[in-house]
Amino acid sequence: MTSLWKIAGGTIYDPANQVDGQIADVWIDGERIVAPPTDPAVRPARTIDARGLVVMPGGVDMHCHIAGPAVNFARRMRCEEKRHAEPVHRTSHTRSGTMGSVPSTFATGYKYAALGYTTAFDAAIAPLAARHAHQELADTPLIDKGFYILLGNNEYLMQQIGRGERERVTAFLGWVLDAAKAYAPKIVNPGGVEIWKQTSGGNVTGLDDQVPHFNVTPRQIILEIARAAAELHLPHRAHIHANNLGLPGNWHTTLDTMRALEGFGGHLTHIQFHSYGGGPDDQDTFCSRVQPLADYVNAHANVTVDVGQVMFGPTTSMTGDGPLGYYLSNLYGTRWFSCDVELEAGCGIAPIEYKDKSLVHALQWAIGLEWYLLVQDPWRVVMSTDHPNGGSFLAYPQIIRLLMDRTWRRDVLATVHPLLRERSLLADLDREYSLGEICIITRAAPARILGLKNKGHLGAGADADITLYTPDDNKELMFELPRYVIKAGQVVVENGEIREPTAGRTFHVAPEFDPAVRADLADWFERYYTVRLGNYPIAAEQLGPGLSPVRCGM
Amino acid sequence: MSTSSLADVVCTHCGCLCDDIRVTLGGGRITAAEHACERGRRWFLGQLPAGEQAAARPVCRIRGQAASLEDGIVAAAEILSAARAPLVYGLTETSCEAQRVAVALADLLGANLDTPTSAAGPVGLGLHSIGEVTATLGEIANRGDVLIYWGCDPAADEPRHFERYTLDRPGMFLPHGRADRAVIVVGTQPTATSAAADQFVPLKPGADFAALWVLRALVQAAPKGTDHGAADAGLDPAVVEQATGQPLSLWKPLADRMRQAHFGAMFYDAQLPAGSGGSWNVEALLALVHDLNVHARFVARALHGGGNPVGADNVLTWQTGYPYAINFAAGFPRFNPDDYRAERLVERGEVDAALILAADPRASWPAAAAERLAALPLVSIDWRATATSEQAAVAFHTSTYGIHHGGIVYRTDDVPLPLRPLLASELPSDVQILGLLEERLRRNLPQ
Repeated sequence: MTSLWKIAGGTIYDPANQVDGQIADVWIDGERIVAPPTDPAVRPARTIDARGLVVMPGGVDMHCHIAGPAVNFARRMRCEEKRHAEPVHRTSHTRSGTMGSVPSTFATGYKYAALGYTTAFDAAIAPLAARHAHQELADTPLIDKGFYILLGNNEYLMQQIGRGERERVTAFLGWVLDAAKAYAPKIVNPGGVEIWKQTSGGNVTGLDDQVPHFNVTPRQIILEIARAAAELHLPHRAHIHANNLGLPGNWHTTLDTMRALEGFGGHLTHIQFHSYGGGPDDQDTFCSRVQPLADYVNAHANVTVDVGQVMFGPTTSMTGDGPLGYYLSNLYGTRWFSCDVELEAGCGIAPIEYKDKSLVHALQWAIGLEWYLLVQDPWRVVMSTDHPNGGSFLAYPQIIRLLMDRTWRRDVLATVHPLLRERSLLADLDREYSLGEICIITRAAPARILGLKNKGHLGAGADADITLYTPDDNKELMFELPRYVIKAGQVVVENGEIREPTAGRTFHVAPEFDPAVRADLADWFERYYTVRLGNYPIAAEQLGPGLSPVRCGM
Repeated sequence: MSTSSLADVVCTHCGCLCDDIRVTLGGGRITAAEHACERGRRWFLGQLPAGEQAAARPVCRIRGQAASLEDGIVAAAEILSAARAPLVYGLTETSCEAQRVAVALADLLGANLDTPTSAAGPVGLGLHSIGEVTATLGEIANRGDVLIYWGCDPAADEPRHFERYTLDRPGMFLPHGRADRAVIVVGTQPTATSAAADQFVPLKPGADFAALWVLRALVQAAPKGTDHGAADAGLDPAVVEQATGQPLSLWKPLADRMRQAHFGAMFYDAQLPAGSGGSWNVEALLALVHDLNVHARFVARALHGGGNPVGADNVLTWQTGYPYAINFAAGFPRFNPDDYRAERLVERGEVDAALILAADPRASWPAAAAERLAALPLVSIDWRATATSEQAAVAFHTSTYGIHHGGIVYRTDDVPLPLRPLLASELPSDVQILGLLEERLRRNLPQ
């Protein structure tokens, strides 16, 4: 009796292996995809008849907020939303939960899987809170996951950069990723959060502002982390939330950041929020500046972006960018949560509603779509809503429809603020995405950008994370309810029903670093932290069996 | 006698959650607890060796009689699966690992789920209505140049609070420690904390809301960047004095001092709303701190008690969306911080059995609710003997978190800390017992 089984006769989209809509079988053994057996006498133990169905790798969300203290505060703050949202009911084999813009953990796992997504990364965890994030991810079933740690305002790092201690920067980066059991370094408003901690209303304005006390600039912080990440051979090196998020005219800063990365390359996240023209503090001149930024991306192969698409409706803004949270809560006069995390990071949360009759919001929506349509190479533009910032991950099928159906896109465009057409190129863009291109921006590209060799494709050796869709002219309908979702070789969802609530894994890196840094950190912790150095690193055995190291290498 | 020592041990005894204790082990006991305060030392040194601990009370008692663990699980599962409206209560004095299984059990049972935190529930409501501007304790240690203690007394409740987090600790931006910080205590009577402060502001009992609202008015009326605020913010001095017990001429310099902070911190007792004023007090405090950020960086910092109440808030929130006062009867979590408070439910006769985990409601609840609780079939899972465990139909005696088994606990500022086992134990942990119970309940309950 063989353990081999197969998905038979589906229409395969596997852009990483140059397969674009061919009919073929996919063979699975245990948790992996395998090459079809050469011996024709081998019979599969079972078969899913996929004739007429579209077969893609499981979706990969490379930037979302699904775990950790900020997410959990947002859940508490938005209890009114949870009361009114359709809840997740307990079944004999699944847990109950609540929705709203910030779902509870079990609900998050079920909803991602039911959408055909099998991997998701939380983008903003302070290392001090890594234990919290790991516990939440352990309670987020079905999907594989991981998180990036906030380092762009880490005071130890800034001090070493300011003193030119480059070897110590590299060693610390390795140490802290290992200590937190994290996947990648994240840079949020480098230097800006520290200035906000020092001064009411403070922030940086550009890459070359000095951060007082530490004598570093945002440029130095970005470059040093990118350099150290390259030396450690991290699979995902620099995940950057640039300075001046959300401010009119911020596209200059964004372009400066891309230019600063020359030689290293890097990933600029929720780029939509960083592509605005107009005068600072003057909403009346707000406009799209995607074109010059997309031109830069088109000309520089080592820069990648995810979009951070805004969708109309209520949601929750949630950021490691403390001053941004304050700015948004003042702008909209809302509740405001903020938490400064010692020596490491900030956090801002505010409810927000994106309205299609607001010119600014309509522009944000259009700017996101411009990004998908103006970057020529889909391998370098990844679908995201920066969940829940621009909208929920559950909006991905709507975005797919907007990209694949220009008639629909124009119909929606006709309903939003009329001045949009003067301030954005969107009405002039005819491009439509193919299914193969959608497959790239929702799984193949994010897996490649993250350095996850076994995700985002269907070749032999890949993780058997596979989504089967029933084709439909309405792509939103097609993508919102997959026919089957297979995770690690098991059918976990059928037609939206959870069959097998498996646990999923948590990825982390374990880079090699110079252990001498610990001696210096002992003094730093003694002076400035309220937690002992001995209690800071998380030992692998303190976490569950789902912890899964990813190799650092060339 | 061979001895060994362990560094960086976490003490769960009070809300400080000190993580720098060095314990010495010998003869199956903890023989020393360096760096601990007197209370912490008593906590560690009072722990029994494995044999004595198990001999003191059996692992399980059914209606007062010693029983095997297996029989106890069967009996407990029978009680809980036969109940139409069970309650799962407590959870604040154990690890997050145990809390996670307890929530799973409540979900499985379609039970009510609550923790002692709901008694001060309005703290959470302030977060819903105002939000909160806060920081971890280290941020206050490194930057906090103006510290306000509002109606709280950490010097008495958390002996090492000053040393570890505030007054007496030098910080990155405050190299001289105490000399670099202004410390003001507001409260109804002088305390150990006010004795260490630069200024004590006596407050008329029950006047928290009025005083906080006066300060809000003064802060809002003051132009940004000025040392002195608008003359009187349109407040009537007679009304202010009558409402707060102090003249406007006292509140005005206080408001100015707060505005002049580089990084101010307002500490308050998580139990503050238990007095008069309900959630309004906390909302006013959080709103004042929010307003102050126009002038200065300013944060609010709630001080919770010992154990792991903040872990319970977090675990319940990530698994259900709500921090306490949850009802699973409809097959999904519903939240009502008033109606679903455990003591309310029990007092009104809306509960017919209860699982009490690491808490003693029989002793801590108001008499009417406590007596009704005692009349119910109870399952107790606790590392201590309590009034509740004494009256439970089934009582499990477990090993102790942070002494015999590890896990995660949360400090008052939501910082998670690791516990490690220090002593051997012959008793199972509550995580193990809850796991066995869940397994048994899955067999009992109709699918």
